[in-house]
Amino acid sequence: MENGVGAPGRAKIGVRHLRTDKWWISPLISVVVLLSFIAYSTWRAFENDFYYVDHLVSPFYSPCLATSCPPEAAILGTPFGDWWTLSPALLILVFPLGFRLTCYYYRKTYYRAFWMSPSACAVAEPHKKYTGETRQPLLLQNSHRYFFFAGLIFNIILTYDAIIAFKNPAGEWGHMSVGTLVLLANAIFLWMYSLSCHSCRHAVGGRLKHFSAHPFRYKMWTFVSTLNPHHPKFAWVSLIGVALCDLYVRSVATGQITNFYIF
Amino acid sequence: MGYLASMRIWRGNSADGQLEEHKVEVGDGEVVLDVIHRLQATQTPDLAVRWNCKAGKCGSCSVEINGKPRLMCMTRMNTFAEDETVTVTPLRAFPVIKDLVTDVSFNYQKAREIPAFKGPENLKPGEYRMAQVDVQRSQEFRKCIECFLCQDTCHVIRDHEENKPQFAGPRFFIRIAELDMHPLDQLNRTKAAQEEHGLGMCNITKCCTDVCPEHIKITDNAIIPMKERVVDKKYDPLVWLGNTISRRKSD
Ligand code: SF4
Ligand code: SF4
Ligand code: FES
Ligand code: FES
Repeated sequence: MENGVGAPGRAKIGVRHLRTDKWWISPLISVVVLLSFIAYSTWRAFENDFYYVDHLVSPFYSPCLATSCPPEAAILGTPFGDWWTLSPALLILVFPLGFRLTCYYYRKTYYRAFWMSPSACAVAEPHKKYTGETRQPLLLQNSHRYFFFAGLIFNIILTYDAIIAFKNPAGEWGHMSVGTLVLLANAIFLWMYSLSCHSCRHAVGGRLKHFSAHPFRYKMWTFVSTLNPHHPKFAWVSLIGVALCDLYVRSVATGQITNFYIF
Repeated sequence: MGYLASMRIWRGNSADGQLEEHKVEVGDGEVVLDVIHRLQATQTPDLAVRWNCKAGKCGSCSVEINGKPRLMCMTRMNTFAEDETVTVTPLRAFPVIKDLVTDVSFNYQKAREIPAFKGPENLKPGEYRMAQVDVQRSQEFRKCIECFLCQDTCHVIRDHEENKPQFAGPRFFIRIAELDMHPLDQLNRTKAAQEEHGLGMCNITKCCTDVCPEHIKITDNAIIPMKERVVDKKYDPLVWLGNTISRRKSD
């Protein structure tokens, strides 16, 4: 402890921190939830099955771009042709993954929970040196806005999937099942997550100095600013939502549960 | 009514020091500063402590209570159990002078490194005209009482003394943001924020926001918007291209 709180001149207290509350709970929960999500989504992305049933598409596999996709799931066609024989989920994975990895809120979460930099406020971090986000690979965090825009396209696609889910197994419109509600909720959570994003807030108006000269953008900025404080909540709800949505589609596709039709 | 609280107070100077236990009387509705004053009046007359307003507005009484950076005058004793030992230490990111008093001149140095507001050449002070919506965004940052709790808790310097020269700290990021968002300020502060004041070292882990007694949303409303502006100016090829081609006035 030569450096940091043990640096010469500072009060000699001799311990890393004096916090008496359970400061380690929150990073621990983050680790457990994120690792569970990574484990589940990796397994599902490689499983390459049970992602489509009766007009319900799993969000992990949408848009489905490989030739092996069922036609109803391949709403953007199959531009990859025959040579792609692995799971079609792997073709699109980078977008949602990149979006969440570069998200300002997830950055906070994993810097704290995994990198322990710092695990909690006023708890000394274990690292000798620290350069923050000034070097590669962390300079890549600056690409967040590109992933945000890509995320909007995914939101549109997943919203379309939710609309398709208003068909019954025979393909007739005007029906609604529990699966419809699940997909709909998933799409709404993802929209809330995207619209509360800091890059979104910047793009719609945050970059301006003269709100008075741009009244419409000021309105949009004000709207996004009301959502923005809830971004962490939307981040967790939409993450768990995507996994549960996929699990629902899988359970129906494997026949473990029946998709109940409300009308 | 009152009870006897166990207080553990750090006593010492820059060479050495230790935590000392004392039993001190606590009355109804008292804050930690009251108890420290009673300790000073009854048991340790030479205990050094800095305070001024006792109203959470002067920013003098910053210390760490049970390991958390806080104002002594705004921390009520009834937030602790009566049998709990309450530990009070000086701020741990700055050099200690004596007991609970630290030398916070690092912050005054950083304040001097940020150029003051610079208005348009053709306008004299008094001729500035601004719409309320243009200035209200940065009014939040004017609430700062300069308690430096955010600076103290920021791991960039708290845990890494060697980062002090190149890192201004959260209190000064809100100052830069305030000026950068000002409709009449003429200086280019975005690049300077990254290149001279160390904005890139912040990893947005939000401890500054967590401890700010004025509840300024330092990370969400100042640091992240400034990071986005830095991306515009330094890292985003499309924004750069757009600005070059259209020569638009983009703000
Ligand atoms: S958010 Fe940034 S400035 Fe604030 S405490 Fe964390 S690292 Fe420091
Ligand atoms: S921003 Fe908040 S914590 Fe930091 S010096 Fe100002 S009032 Fe104190
Ligand atoms: S998605 Fe979290 S900040 Fe953009
Ligand atoms: S004495 Fe002024 S803020 Fe506490």
